[in-house]
Amino acid sequence: MKGGIELVCPAGSLPALRAAVDSGADAVYIGFQDATNARNFPGLNFDEAQAREGVGYAHAHGARVFLALNVYPQPSGWEQATRALDKAVGLGVDALIIADPGLLRYAARHHPRQRLHLSVQGSATNRHAIQFYHDHFGIRRVVLPRVLSLQQVRRVVETSPVEVEVFGYGSLCVMVEGRCILSSYVTGESPNTCGVCSPAAAVRWEETASGRQSRLNGVLIDCYAPGEAAGYPTLCKGRYQVGEHVFHAIEEPTSLNVLPVLPALLNSGVVAVKVEGRQRSPAYVTQVTRVMRAALDACQADREGFTPREEWLTALDRISEGRCHTLGALHRPWQ
Amino acid sequence: MKLALGPIPYFWPHDRVSAFYERVADWPVDIVYVGETVCPKRRDLKLEDWLALAERLTAAGKEVVLSTLVLLEAGSELGALERICANGRYCVEANDMAAVQLLSGHGPFVAGPHINAYNGETLALLAECGARRWVLPVELSGATLAALQAQRPTGMETEVLAFGRLPLAFSARCFTARAQNLPKDQCDFRCADYPGGVPMKTQEGQMLFTMNGVQLLSAAPCNLLGAVSTLEGLGVDVLRIAPEPDGTEEAVSTFRAVLGGYLDPAAAQEVLAPFAPTGWCNGYWHGAEGMAWQAC
Repeated sequence: MKGGIELVCPAGSLPALRAAVDSGADAVYIGFQDATNARNFPGLNFDEAQAREGVGYAHAHGARVFLALNVYPQPSGWEQATRALDKAVGLGVDALIIADPGLLRYAARHHPRQRLHLSVQGSATNRHAIQFYHDHFGIRRVVLPRVLSLQQVRRVVETSPVEVEVFGYGSLCVMVEGRCILSSYVTGESPNTCGVCSPAAAVRWEETASGRQSRLNGVLIDCYAPGEAAGYPTLCKGRYQVGEHVFHAIEEPTSLNVLPVLPALLNSGVVAVKVEGRQRSPAYVTQVTRVMRAALDACQADREGFTPREEWLTALDRISEGRCHTLGALHRPWQ
Repeated sequence: MKLALGPIPYFWPHDRVSAFYERVADWPVDIVYVGETVCPKRRDLKLEDWLALAERLTAAGKEVVLSTLVLLEAGSELGALERICANGRYCVEANDMAAVQLLSGHGPFVAGPHINAYNGETLALLAECGARRWVLPVELSGATLAALQAQRPTGMETEVLAFGRLPLAFSARCFTARAQNLPKDQCDFRCADYPGGVPMKTQEGQMLFTMNGVQLLSAAPCNLLGAVSTLEGLGVDVLRIAPEPDGTEEAVSTFRAVLGGYLDPAAAQEVLAPFAPTGWCNGYWHGAEGMAWQAC
């Protein structure tokens, strides 16, 4: 059921883009193959020709394409960032997702008709901040950081001068996006500077007598007993010692999944629900998009009577980080 | 270069905060940032209390700046921010674009370290909004600072965090409460029990982070003593020292001595070494991982 809440899905490649569009995404978001976006991973993302083909495919099937240019370029990377921005406008993407105030200023000045969305990396969690980006650059939408409770999301929507998009499913950032530099503290590269978090090049796995260890630039992130499922060593999902206890002191490996509160989220007035995961495979994108499409359609058809179907939750948990899910900050006790 | 004392990141009770600033009044710092930047639940000091402290410090000859919350979520937090921004007397440090929005066109303000000013275009925007000083985001290198100094708007001062633990991340979640199996809404203000935060170690004992309520700081303090002459050469106007329960007075006097040319950086480091039993970091300055340390 298109035309209601927009389902925004990730595409790290042309096959993933087609998978998302074919499975019911209303919009897909993509990035270029360089350090201009927050999923700057080897072998991922689009060159100009692929992006053009992707935009053509999506538009032919009634889906929109957003392009993420959501790092914070430094003087040494400024030209690359503005060139990428000019290129994206030329491709006819439906919106640019930008975090950096300087880059937003450039976009608003040089491409005043281009639709701009404030990236989650822009850290705008309140109406005054959103108003700032609206007044200065005419942003049309804000993607909210995953730090607000449901009630707070509702308040932001009520007072926001622009559309509000929220994350619905995928790996969970525990920190305010755009303000977390744990990754560069340990590896030298962060989402803000390089478009990466806990980058794969810094990961090392070691088999030891006491079990398997995961390290990030030499720093021990976790130890796994024989037979224990091991997760990617993202810094905020490691097991650390605090006092006498060793535990997931920041967050357990888990994924955000808003299906249990979908009616309340839609009632809050958000216009779009986003799926995380441009680094994921086309098969993953297909699976998540199908479930989210079905859930959104069901919820929009009958908000009062909606309950997430067990098969949806099971299907999503199977492909989730840690094979489980959370509502994250939306659910006050999580905080 | 001037010396600034950053806001206290930890939850110290009212008495301790007052006693601390009573001593600061006599320290050789030029600028003092006061206010709660981390957790809106820490309301032991009301705005009037901060203003009284500001008055005391102003009388002692300090330039006082009111610092503001980094993560703003609830309406009440915006209300508190609005009152600070409308104080009418003291300059305000904006740590969120909400504060920049409220301060724009209402006189000079400071764009704090949590405003992501990573390029000249952003600095130009902040200057247009009325920023008269900006603080270098802590993950940027000396080389980036040099490039930004070449692009900085006329009249804009530059401040760099030169000593103290690095603010690395903020969350909706309170890590200190969670470590004690308490939800944030019933946190019992446990962070008051840890005036220097809670150490987080790896499973092999490496000091990695420091929990401070909803914030994570580095375990090792950043130390740019070895870069002071370079910072001076780049035209940096202010060096910031972040308060800790111990050693802050020594850090201030040591930096003052280095700036005055009475102490060389290597000797200065020896003076401060006892306060950093697990070492320092300066990797960001060198364009490397922030936790790295290169001795001067």
